[in-house]
Amino acid sequence: MLRTLGNAQPDLGGCLAVKGKPIVSYAPLELSAEISMVLTEPIASKNLSVLELVALGRQPYTNWLGTLTDTDKQKIKDAISSLELDELQHKKCYELSDGQLQRVMVARAFAQDTSIILLDEPTTHLDLYHKIQILKLLRSIAHTTQKTVVFTTHEIEMAIQLCDKMVLLDGKNNYFGQPCELIEQKAFESLFPSDTVSFDPKTGSFRITK
Amino acid sequence: MQTPKTYRSSFVLLLTVLVIALGINISLGSVSIPFSETLHSVFGGTLDNTAWDYIIWNYRVPKAFTAILVGAGLSLSGLLMQTLFRNPLAGPFVLGISSGASLGAAFLIMGSATLSSLFGFSLVTDVSLAIVSSIGSFLVLLAVITVASKVKDTMALLIIGLMFGSISAAIVSVLSYFTDAQKLQQFVYWSFGSVGNLSWHQLGLLFVILIIGIVLGILSIKPLNALLLGENYAKSLGVNLVRSRYLIIIATGLLAGGVTAFAGPIAFIGLAVPHLTRQIFNTTEHRVLVPAVLVYGAILMLICDTIAQLPSSAEVLPINAITSILGAPVVIWLLVRKRKMVF
Repeated sequence: MLRTLGNAQPDLGGCLAVKGKPIVSYAPLELSAEISMVLTEPIASKNLSVLELVALGRQPYTNWLGTLTDTDKQKIKDAISSLELDELQHKKCYELSDGQLQRVMVARAFAQDTSIILLDEPTTHLDLYHKIQILKLLRSIAHTTQKTVVFTTHEIEMAIQLCDKMVLLDGKNNYFGQPCELIEQKAFESLFPSDTVSFDPKTGSFRITK
Repeated sequence: MQTPKTYRSSFVLLLTVLVIALGINISLGSVSIPFSETLHSVFGGTLDNTAWDYIIWNYRVPKAFTAILVGAGLSLSGLLMQTLFRNPLAGPFVLGISSGASLGAAFLIMGSATLSSLFGFSLVTDVSLAIVSSIGSFLVLLAVITVASKVKDTMALLIIGLMFGSISAAIVSVLSYFTDAQKLQQFVYWSFGSVGNLSWHQLGLLFVILIIGIVLGILSIKPLNALLLGENYAKSLGVNLVRSRYLIIIATGLLAGGVTAFAGPIAFIGLAVPHLTRQIFNTTEHRVLVPAVLVYGAILMLICDTIAQLPSSAEVLPINAITSILGAPVVIWLLVRKRKMVF
């Protein structure tokens, strides 16, 4: 679904619109100024430096050769510092840990300066600390810059704590709303078989049924 | 990331090496001509020994310029392939482009015997050879791309390229079997690769083809950089994937096809030079890589040609063998030293 939102995959039905215009009628360049993406697939070249990779986020705005203007350089600098990457900026991507690389990818999307940032499972392969670090950074980006940040995740408990709104897809019943509303609607109880996992509405977390 | 200033000094150094390599290449050959006399002739002076003048202007200078064009063209086409397929093993040879050109040349040289007897004149001219070889490499490239759109695995794609190469080689052997000795010899000599057979006129034609290829390559610098992230990311950065892919393929076809048509299939340069360049410049930025591979390729090809002509002997070795013998150990050494493939 996220890939369809970002126009990376054709839709199964319905209509998606950004600023009142269907995304299928956007030219690739036009859409790239509205939506930026962080995908699950690994990047092809790990030989890029952090700075080079983040700078690629400015492609929709640069000239035919990709020359960076002062505005572009400022945006890149902002993206790097807001993702706390200043000390890593001259490192090559193959020297980074998964968590650092994921932050770089978010910085690249941030540098693209779009109103919408889509992230496909940004927390996979990360340990608990780095998962929370990424999600908290995303939350602060969303709140301080008024960007719309949409991400898919299996970390339901973290999402309940951090997100403003959630979409819950379990195949049969789909829910959309603020996390506390969904808890009130008992949306999480039916998500998993109750003989294995049960949901505790008080703490907003799952308990293993023993 | 180096600063632009250090890149500039690297380029100045590279261009100096290129000029030195050019000088050495022109001053050495089967006839020994004193270096001072060579310089005098090259800078517009006339020599007392008119034979030397003739050798320099009608043999050595065009040969040196052919080597420069061949090296630059093959290297750029290798770089374009490697980034397009995001595979460090890609190159004009591995993906069957050169085999396609061979197939075209084989059809023209060996298959045209019946046709030319029909028309009463030979169809094998420089221009027709160039056109047919280019068409051959384009067809193979298109076939590989068509399969590439269905197969997502890049390793599988390489194997498919090798298979297309085998098929082309097989057809060439069948053609060779049915052809007469003279035509066969003509084809075998073409397949050894040579930079020494081009007249000024042919050189001009090759120059025009390569310039078009290089311009298309320069126009695709920005999408090439985006492709370093993968196709989906490139698309999300506003790259028109279909257009860029065709732009890059046409550029590669012109560069590799054009070179192979005039100089025969020359191994190794297209694969190795982009790696050497990436190792030495330590960057993946195509604004640096594109000009750098052009100069590197030219230097390497000049050195290979200098060795191939065996200074002060009348023998000339097949350039195809020299490029591999000289180049392969260099790449192995670089990889062992850095302990990994930077791509």
